[in-house]
Amino acid sequence: MSKQKINLNVNGQSVTAEAEPRELLIHVLREQLEITGPHIGCETTHCGACTVEMDGMSVKSCTIFAVQAQGKEITTIEGLGDPDKLHVLQEKFKEHHGLQCGFCTPGMITRAHRLLEENPNPTEEDVRFGIAGNLCRCTGYQNIVKSVMAAAEEINNPESAT
Amino acid sequence: MSATAESVQERRAALKGLGTSRKRVEDARFTQGKGNYVDDIKLPDMLFGDFVRSQHAHARVKSIDTSAAMELPGVIAVLTAKDLEPLNLHWMPTLAGDKQMVLADGKVLFQGQEIAFVIAEDRYIAADAVDLVKVEFEELPVLVDPFKAELPDAPILREDIADEKEGAHGARRHPNHIFTWEQGDKAATESVLSEADVVAEEMVYYHRTHPCPMETCGSVASMDKVNGKLTLWGTFQAPHVVRTVASLLSGIAEHNIRVVSPDIGGGFGNKVGVYPGYVCSIVASIVTGKPVKWVEDRMENLSATAFARDYWMQGKIAATKDGKITGLWCHTTADHGAFDACADPTKYPAGFMSICTGSYDIPTAYLAVDGIYTNKAPGGVAYRCSFRVTEAAYFIERMIEVLAIKLNMDAAELRAKNFIRKDQFPYQSALGWEYDSGDYHTAWEKALESVGYSKLREEQAQRVEDFKAGKTRKLMGIGLCHFTEIVGAGPVKNCDILGMGMFDSCEIRIHPTGSALARLGTISQGQGHATTFAQILATEIGISADDITIEEGDTDTAPYGLGTYGSRSTPVAGAATAMAGRKIRAKAQMIAAYLLEVHDNDIEWEVDRFVVKGAPEKFKTMKEIAYASYNQAIPGVEPGLEAVSYYDPPNMTYPFGAYVCVMDVDVDTGVSDIRQFYALDDCGTRINPMIIEGQVHGGLTEALAIALGQEIAYDELGNIKTGTLMDFFIPTSWETPNYETDFTETPSPHHPIGAKGVGESPNVGGVPAFSNAINDAFRAFGLTHTHMPHDHWRIWKTANELGLHADS
Repeated sequence: MSKQKINLNVNGQSVTAEAEPRELLIHVLREQLEITGPHIGCETTHCGACTVEMDGMSVKSCTIFAVQAQGKEITTIEGLGDPDKLHVLQEKFKEHHGLQCGFCTPGMITRAHRLLEENPNPTEEDVRFGIAGNLCRCTGYQNIVKSVMAAAEEINNPESAT
Repeated sequence: MSATAESVQERRAALKGLGTSRKRVEDARFTQGKGNYVDDIKLPDMLFGDFVRSQHAHARVKSIDTSAAMELPGVIAVLTAKDLEPLNLHWMPTLAGDKQMVLADGKVLFQGQEIAFVIAEDRYIAADAVDLVKVEFEELPVLVDPFKAELPDAPILREDIADEKEGAHGARRHPNHIFTWEQGDKAATESVLSEADVVAEEMVYYHRTHPCPMETCGSVASMDKVNGKLTLWGTFQAPHVVRTVASLLSGIAEHNIRVVSPDIGGGFGNKVGVYPGYVCSIVASIVTGKPVKWVEDRMENLSATAFARDYWMQGKIAATKDGKITGLWCHTTADHGAFDACADPTKYPAGFMSICTGSYDIPTAYLAVDGIYTNKAPGGVAYRCSFRVTEAAYFIERMIEVLAIKLNMDAAELRAKNFIRKDQFPYQSALGWEYDSGDYHTAWEKALESVGYSKLREEQAQRVEDFKAGKTRKLMGIGLCHFTEIVGAGPVKNCDILGMGMFDSCEIRIHPTGSALARLGTISQGQGHATTFAQILATEIGISADDITIEEGDTDTAPYGLGTYGSRSTPVAGAATAMAGRKIRAKAQMIAAYLLEVHDNDIEWEVDRFVVKGAPEKFKTMKEIAYASYNQAIPGVEPGLEAVSYYDPPNMTYPFGAYVCVMDVDVDTGVSDIRQFYALDDCGTRINPMIIEGQVHGGLTEALAIALGQEIAYDELGNIKTGTLMDFFIPTSWETPNYETDFTETPSPHHPIGAKGVGESPNVGGVPAFSNAINDAFRAFGLTHTHMPHDHWRIWKTANELGLHADS
């Protein structure tokens, strides 16, 4: 099958990839661009381990063709913070034990990031509903919800939050 | 001591040792997307493997035509059983003493069985080629019901062993029968049953399910033909065992095989077994001379690797009129699927099912388990459980409820009346276990008080009245559970897997500047070993946990161990860690005495240093001792500061817990709503309370899944009906409640630090608690027992059958 050239912006960098029209964005990210933060957990859009942002929307990159990302801005977990300055969500997940095996974590944090962009002041119910497309088998979600709530609190009240 | 010196308490706190809710060292890489899981491994010229699988549950394979697939550009090879046969790899031994086809050898025995392995340049080409392989089948009658396995017209599944009267676990009475395993005193139990005031009977089915970790199974094999070395990365909960098995199967000497478990995206028992994909990736790499990756997709994971449970447990429980239990009888029909690939210690073909007397002082008991072949996937792994403890706990906790109904007694009171008392430990159970320690009454009373048990019962009674009066359509269930686990396999004299004794290990190196590296024979899959094992060691050797690196999973560097499952890491490898730490301290004491110019016996250990008795200003810290051990000639003492311990535990550990679940159940929709879940766990000494709490949350959520909807279901033709996450229930954040956690602390008397293990307790105790809540909601309307999973449809059906709907 012939390959098509795709130009896209990933985590602030313009990149070029070549993909067959049927190739999934997650495979291009992971195997060509070596962005291995997003993971593959089901390939049927259920688990959310592959969640990335595409032009300001959370998408499951296992059900987006790479060619659909032509000209788009993609943000993955690798684009949210860096070792010297972690994103507040990354900090809060560490602080509140919001992860165990870590496999769902990149997708979960990426999803939570978009959720807080859209709703900076969520209730617990908002968070639980907003991340329900991302499955976790280890944590029972309780500490994930706590982490996201704590991140929202810190974003809103950087002085008072602990 | 000078005024500015840190206090003992401050120094102890600085160690971040036992009892500290230390933040996890693993999280930096995981939160930044820098974990390294098997599918992240990318090697030059790496090829991809993919399976042709059977769509039939039982069929002869008449022919396999690979020619069209081989013509596809980018396809390197297609392996079938014929290609593996000259290497004697078309079958492989299972962990349970049976054998299993690697690739279909003449017939297929379950839907999804591996038939051919396609090797191609990328995963898309491999998938295309899978579709081009033509397999001609001759369908055979299918056996899905284990109770029909020995009927005259039952198809014979395993023709390869049809005539063998003796299996790995004793006599076989039929070609579809695997083993009968008996424990306890049959005659005495039957006599107790016949003479009892009251006998309650029930068939308790613990349905087939699957561990379904977020990451599926996979491997990357790389055969370096120049050096004759095979490297195998994979999702292995027991990497050393995989190395030994790989060596025995392939004929490659064990020192030429390196097995690496990189980061593992959850295991829950799914990654204990050895799967055809691992074997095929190795063969493919040997054949092609290139690295070969195999990673299963979710449907393959759910349908082919490692189911769990599927136990039909017929129970009888005898008691006096006033509720003192006198005997327990259980006959289990165990559906093992097409090959007996259960992950149990060799001598225990039904795992630790014989812990089914639970937390109760039951003087007489008998258990028999019949293993049966059916046309379903092999497995029988311990899904977040220590070898069938979940089945045992579910059985006894349901039987207690059934007995309470028969006696018209409160189920909490019945439990308390029969608990093994604190003064009876160590307790010898009727089915042969020595429970090391426990204080069940204290935990139980704390749990009941915390939830306001009697008030809940009053509210429930009022709800029943309101329901009968037409004021509400919601019933209320109170699910109780007091479970006892048996974990930490195990004493080598009793427990082995494929002949390998189930000890575990730790090797410690103290560096000259006073930091340390410790390596273990276990492997974390999310439990946070790198965090907690450093804490055990910090307390033992007085070096801050932050200065200790923990490594696991690379067989070239880690000491031999049996891996992580059955909550054995803390009971066994955790003990090895403490014992190796004590060896370090013993040598450090000699060095300190020399440096302080006193006799060994004149100094004592204090948090992070040896202090001269009666002269607290004279001391040597572990850091100073470490430096001296490398840089100072000490007469009679070898340079360096290292130790290794291989720990064979004297007994297993017996964590326990008291759980209460309060649910509202909508009679008309079948929807259940968890109002409250209280979980008290006693895991002995608590190493990291934060991690314990996280383990409990996770285990309870897996229990919720199993009890309320998750199942691997087949139709009568052996088609799997729950092969994707659309059909296989995994709770989301939306239906998962917040849990209340609590604890008591009864240290294990034989474990060096008193720890017992906790990761699996919430699954073991959680399932009965959820299920008992559903059953309890309908108790007032005549329900004795209804089978899991309690999804909305089944709950509705129960209500309907009880006549609770207007039209029913």
